[in-house]
Amino acid sequence: MEYVSPEGLRLDGRRPKEVRQLKCELAVLHRADGSAYLEMGNTKVLATVYGPHEVSQRSQSLHDRALVHCEYSMATFSTGERRRRPKGDRRSVELSLVIRQSMEAAILTHLLPRTQIDIYVQVLQADGGTRAACINAATLALADAGVPMRDLVASCAAGYLNGTPLLDLNYVEDSAGGPDLTVALLPKAEKVTLLQMDSKLPLDTFEAVLGLAMDGCKAIAAHMRQALLEHTRKQAVVRGPVRL
Amino acid sequence: MYQQKQFFKKTRGGKILKVHREHYLRDDIVCGSLACTTCAHGDSTVLSSEAAQYLLIDTNVALHQMDLLENAAIADVIVPEVVLSEVQARNKAIHGRLRLLVADKSRRFFVFSNEHHKDTFVKTEKGEIVNDRNDRAIRRATTWYQSHLAGKTPDVLLLTNDADNARRARDEGAAAQTVYAYVQSRTDKPELLDFVARTGDTGGEAAGPSAEGDAGPQAKRRMLYAEHKGMAELTAGLQKGLFHQGKLRVNRFNCFEAYVGSQSVGKEILIQGREDLNRAVDGDVVAVELLPPEQWKGPEGGIFREHDEEEEGVAENAEEGAGLAPEIAEDAPGAALENLDIGKEGGRVPTGRVVGIIKRNWRNYAGSLEPMKGPGGSGAMAHPLFVSVDRRVPKIRIQTRQLANLADKRIIVAIDKWDRTSRYPEGHYIKTLGDIGDRATESELLLMENDINTRPFSQAVLNCLPPLPWSVSDADVAKPWRADLRNLRVCSVDPIGCRDIDDALHCTALPNGNFEIGVHIADVTNFVHPETPLDLEAADRGTSVYLVERRIDMLPKPLTEDICSLRADVDRLAFSVIWEMTPSADIVKSHYTKSIIRSSAALSYPEAQARMDDPHMSDPLTEDLRNLNRLAKIMRQRRTERGALTLASPEVKFEIDTETHNPLDVGMYQIREANQMIEEYMLLANVSVAEKILKHFPSCSLLRRHPVPTPQMFEPLLRTAAAVGIELDVGSSKALADSLDRAQGSDPYFNKLIRILATRCMTQAVYFCSGELSPPEYHHYGLASPLYTHFTSPIRRYADVVVHRLLAAALNLTPLPERTRDKKSMHDLSDGLNYRHRNAQMAGRASVELHTLIFFKDRAVDAEARIVKVRSNGFIVFVPKYGIEGPVYLTKKPDKGAGPDPNDDFVVDEEHQTITSKDKRQTYKVLDTVTVHIEVQEPQPHRPKLILTLASDSKEQDGFA
Ligand SMILES: [Zn+2]
Repeated sequence: MEYVSPEGLRLDGRRPKEVRQLKCELAVLHRADGSAYLEMGNTKVLATVYGPHEVSQRSQSLHDRALVHCEYSMATFSTGERRRRPKGDRRSVELSLVIRQSMEAAILTHLLPRTQIDIYVQVLQADGGTRAACINAATLALADAGVPMRDLVASCAAGYLNGTPLLDLNYVEDSAGGPDLTVALLPKAEKVTLLQMDSKLPLDTFEAVLGLAMDGCKAIAAHMRQALLEHTRKQAVVRGPVRL
Repeated sequence: MYQQKQFFKKTRGGKILKVHREHYLRDDIVCGSLACTTCAHGDSTVLSSEAAQYLLIDTNVALHQMDLLENAAIADVIVPEVVLSEVQARNKAIHGRLRLLVADKSRRFFVFSNEHHKDTFVKTEKGEIVNDRNDRAIRRATTWYQSHLAGKTPDVLLLTNDADNARRARDEGAAAQTVYAYVQSRTDKPELLDFVARTGDTGGEAAGPSAEGDAGPQAKRRMLYAEHKGMAELTAGLQKGLFHQGKLRVNRFNCFEAYVGSQSVGKEILIQGREDLNRAVDGDVVAVELLPPEQWKGPEGGIFREHDEEEEGVAENAEEGAGLAPEIAEDAPGAALENLDIGKEGGRVPTGRVVGIIKRNWRNYAGSLEPMKGPGGSGAMAHPLFVSVDRRVPKIRIQTRQLANLADKRIIVAIDKWDRTSRYPEGHYIKTLGDIGDRATESELLLMENDINTRPFSQAVLNCLPPLPWSVSDADVAKPWRADLRNLRVCSVDPIGCRDIDDALHCTALPNGNFEIGVHIADVTNFVHPETPLDLEAADRGTSVYLVERRIDMLPKPLTEDICSLRADVDRLAFSVIWEMTPSADIVKSHYTKSIIRSSAALSYPEAQARMDDPHMSDPLTEDLRNLNRLAKIMRQRRTERGALTLASPEVKFEIDTETHNPLDVGMYQIREANQMIEEYMLLANVSVAEKILKHFPSCSLLRRHPVPTPQMFEPLLRTAAAVGIELDVGSSKALADSLDRAQGSDPYFNKLIRILATRCMTQAVYFCSGELSPPEYHHYGLASPLYTHFTSPIRRYADVVVHRLLAAALNLTPLPERTRDKKSMHDLSDGLNYRHRNAQMAGRASVELHTLIFFKDRAVDAEARIVKVRSNGFIVFVPKYGIEGPVYLTKKPDKGAGPDPNDDFVVDEEHQTITSKDKRQTYKVLDTVTVHIEVQEPQPHRPKLILTLASDSKEQDGFA
């Protein structure tokens, strides 16, 4: 199948190095300490953060840093086929772990010893790149909650189809069976906190795809930072001028 | 990153799914016109600013008028994206040709991405069907171009054969024309009219006058064929088991007899006669309905066929001429017939009729026009019948204004449609190849019929060659993994005049009494790198093709004849397999390496043989050859003991006049010991490499296997052998090899003849990817080897190139290319290589056949022949000296309509394979020797045929009568 036409357009009309339309909204749920809603194309994700709060199970408490807890789930209606998705299946467990690890790399956990931070990420609609979208939403929710972080973690997937590296695969491209690489990046330090790929690629191609994914992360980070700034500005207006 | 979303809902599978797809609309889609000042210009900006008008085509024009579009007179064409994707969904082949046109910048075809342009995207309206929406999108693209280029010179014209669409376009302010009207307006190129396909498009003003318009309006004409059922009805019928689906294969001997191999019936379904074939053409995928068992038929016997062209009036002598003798099962005409177990059910087999066409497999056909009664005035429209050289294809009615020009030419024609009212399919002329009977024309035709690419290599391919003159560089020598073997006494042995020397050998006696033997193969992959234009071209060609008078190379000439060729006295790069062997030919160790060699002699087979045979010669090279030969004989002996078959094929060799390229003499190709010696080492190298690569890459090695023939395939051989009182055991290749050794007749040629007949029962060996089959299936029957591959001819076979890469990767020299690691692309590759390999052989045979015909044109000769098959009205003979085979008729062809000829006084005994005259004075038995008279006759002008008749001195008695 042809995923990139000789005219250089992908099936949905993007060019190979373009990400899908990105939309994010912060503080969408007021009861939570932090929350964010994020769309990458048709992939829609909601992330909520509770904490930092006292560790609910004393025994798990860490004396030198915060305990990060993460739970990933997928809404029944998130794919075309409605299916009950049991909690705690292998994929959810794996994804929870992946999100937690990327967040732990960004959160300054040593500033919050003996506390717990809960991150809940729910996929409302899945259209490829859910992993990346979850990470991005979680970062924004953490920022909204005011959790101290080194940097925003931005994540993006890239693939390789028809001999072309493609950025931010959608569901159709994702199910083509080609290599699919998800990267999470701390953009300021250019530090990769997550790199996952489930197939083989020759080294030179891999480097091209990785480079593309990292560029994607940076673009997404810029967009998220902008959204965060606007949100803060709005909040400043709502709360009135800051008096020193 | 301008973006905006639209959502489409789609349903698929049995379940209804709600599918959202993003659809981005852009503002950076260009119009592709050099006249435009607003769009960015780039590589794809091809539409000329000087063109009178731009043609924007709709889907049906692309689907049906491709031959017209491919004509160089048509340029500056806009192909909307929506058309391209509709074409892709409906016809892959046409889509490929359209893509080629677009890729060829000189043709100035531009793909306009209308579906992603913010101004030309149209949303499906409520209740609107897809076709209407797409037509609307095409019209929107037309009007957009008109306003976008307003005030600039070229106009945009929508080409559509759909009258309704054209009218709407005009209503919306766009210019629109039918193809026919447009071509008529091209007064600069009147010959374009021949190329217009006559399709059954909707709308009255459609595609110009019908070919048989003089026969009155369509409605009043007699329906000759049953209606084809619609797709919905076919699908339902197939599911219920009423119909059976399969690919139609027409008998090469008789275009009104065909078979459909259907999985649901489990047997071949016979289809006989024009009505039951119901306009299906060879290769079409059809739906067949079985007739009630009482109407089942058996295949027709006899060796010739009437063409039932009653109404044509032109007398046609449809007697089969003689041709080249078949080598393997697939070569034999009517091979399918032989495999049916006829006779067990009273000669009846499941018989059916075609009720619908699931997929057409029409291609371009090469042939000539049937001579017409009465002169066709020049310039007037004529409707001659076209006869394809592929006898499985029905005659095709075309229309032309240049009848006089085409009369004695070989031409190419395509089928456009086949209505119920018309006896023949209707088609159109594509191009002229040359005069009938002309050697060059006929050669070109046989290349075309076998889908062989004879185009010169493109500049992109030639750019991949190393700079010339090339020689081994210091850098090559310095490579740590390249062994310098220039000190070895290497030589090559090949056919006389061979310029593409793939392989060379060396043999050194070791102090411990053993021998070091090396097979050195041209290091082609040092020059052909994966995924380069050169590599892709070679992969597509698959193999070099050897015709009698010319060679069509897989790789460009500098590589084939110089850089890769292991010529004498020059340094060359090689890939070597080196063994240490005991004097009893046991391998002690083996070793693979890239190397540099310097061949000390490029010998021919006769030269090598002469050296070995000459007792006065005792130079080191000759001694090497003798050692090699001695070891080869031991290996050969061992192979035979394992059950490898010594097969035979009737190869002939032409002596060609260097000036005229006409054949001067023809004779059996002589197999010498030297040939067998080289063959033995090549087999050994191939087997060794197969083992090595499979060990490292168990799932993606390219191997070659030869399937075990089924018992049915041996039936003709067993029948023949039984008739002459010989018992053959076909239980295993070993048993067959032994019984073939025992089959001795009254003369020395008898055994060879039996071997030739045995070879014909076998199928072709095939390439495959190791991951697709289980190890027992890797078996090579003919060689009695559990593993085999092709490593030794990378200059002329692409399979060997792939195997070289696999071996290099196994030695950790280069990484395995991405494509070789992928099972799917390896599957496609081996399919493609098998196809190319088969075609190359067919073309080679056709070329020999052509030259045989030319050779006998001016000389009639008598020659000894052997009867290989007895038929109801004669027998088929094989002439060993010339490698030809054909029918000899004992009875006259019965007149049309008349019953059996009273003079038909021969009786056939099927069991004993004899034919006896009523008066018992003459008996012919299978494998008998007869003398035949070989002569070229021209029953029709420019249609020569090789005719075999019984020589007047009748039959030589040899004890069987
Ligand atoms: Zn423009």
